[in-house]
Amino acid sequence: MSDKPKFAMYWAASCGGCEIAVLNIHEKILDVDANFDVVFWPVAMDAKYKDVEEMEDGSILLTLFNGSMRNQENEKIAHLLRRKSKILVSFGSCATEGCIPGLANLFPVSEIFDVAYHTASTDNPDNIHPVPSFEVPEGTLTIPIMNPTVKTLAQVVDVDYFMPGCPPESHQIAAVVDLVIQVLQGKAQLPPKGSVIGAGQSTVCDECPRTRNVKLIKAFHRIQEVAPLDPALCILEQGVPCNGPATRSGCMARCPQAGAQCIGCYGPAEGVVDYGARLITAFASIIDAREPAEIESILDGIPDPTGQFYRFNLADSLLRAGRSNWDKDGH
Amino acid sequence: MSEQFEPVIVGFTCNWCSYRAADTAGTARVKYAPNVRLIRLMCSGRLDPTFVMKALAGGADGVLITGCHPGDCHYIDQNYKALRRFLLLRRTFTGLGIEPGRIKLIWASAAEGMRLAHEITQFVEEIRTLGPLNWPKWNEQPIEVEALDEAVKETA
Repeated sequence: MSDKPKFAMYWAASCGGCEIAVLNIHEKILDVDANFDVVFWPVAMDAKYKDVEEMEDGSILLTLFNGSMRNQENEKIAHLLRRKSKILVSFGSCATEGCIPGLANLFPVSEIFDVAYHTASTDNPDNIHPVPSFEVPEGTLTIPIMNPTVKTLAQVVDVDYFMPGCPPESHQIAAVVDLVIQVLQGKAQLPPKGSVIGAGQSTVCDECPRTRNVKLIKAFHRIQEVAPLDPALCILEQGVPCNGPATRSGCMARCPQAGAQCIGCYGPAEGVVDYGARLITAFASIIDAREPAEIESILDGIPDPTGQFYRFNLADSLLRAGRSNWDKDGH
Repeated sequence: MSEQFEPVIVGFTCNWCSYRAADTAGTARVKYAPNVRLIRLMCSGRLDPTFVMKALAGGADGVLITGCHPGDCHYIDQNYKALRRFLLLRRTFTGLGIEPGRIKLIWASAAEGMRLAHEITQFVEEIRTLGPLNWPKWNEQPIEVEALDEAVKETA
């Protein structure tokens, strides 16, 4: 066993993109190896939960935890790694704000199972569906129970730092790795607990090189309906709903620079309490109409406001879920 | 017999018109339903949709937004901004399963105390018909007051 500080990375309900982003730091990954002993990283090495259980509490220096809390296994490992880690980082959008898995909070769990196992698109002639426990001659088999509502990591355990992004940009990960190594060498200090790391303090608009004039729009369009998009002009000003005004900086406005609207994967900018509410404010401010009928017809250009405003942030928003997710008699 | 459901409604009023309208109603001893908790803002344009989300998440059954009549805004045109936010909020509510009728926008000048009282009473009855919203108190944790203070400072 080496006496290097220990590093762990875990995925709960996530897609694996965060792990790819970590590997995308290229040769910096060698610095991780040189400075850390990787003790647990299911996607990259073989390790069992019981290996982690046997570690001493607080013996892992740094754990990057990605993925949201979709089921009881996710929560159990969150508690386990919290106990074993000195620094627990909520890594990526799923862990930090629920991300795409959090959109499941718009539906009851029963409906999700129904779509997955019983709709026309599923070939399931024997009507098989998962049950939490099942008796076989060798004993009882169990699978994790789904949570009714997707939660973020910080809604389940105490989190030290938050690193947003879907996934976090590799140059930001590299910077954070550098920082932790410098802290280990006594050359830098850790930021205050609860800080957002590996991101900016401002909004995507602040980093966006596109020209902004007075934004007053008469219609919203889907991006494929605006051809060609002016490459130098603010995307929102061209009538395409762009989430830049509410979204945290740190990605160097990657999507707007590539000719696509910001969809908000870096989460709420500093000081924003409810991401969707902030976007509602921003969009309502730029609509150039005063008559209710005209405003309504402009708003028709945003066919799914809930998806537009809460694509990444629903599980971390003030309301956290749609009503049908928690209210059996709901609408 | 079960007790009648008494809706909790948070009402945002504008300092220059609807707050004074409520005052006028009070001075004239006009009776209206006591279910509305009025909060005075300087302008309906100050209404951050966050306030509405927080009200519902915190247990309100409905939210009332009031402002100066179109063309009468003390700050030129901020009530139009409030109108657009209201319409967009209402659409977002639909996606979240909240009846659009749980949020209402009323224009009321300082002289319209009687009308505001009437509108409030009517809104209370509308919410009573819709029934309680009972949004879950996730984790039973209070919403961080600090974070909201920050938001207030930032948007002030």
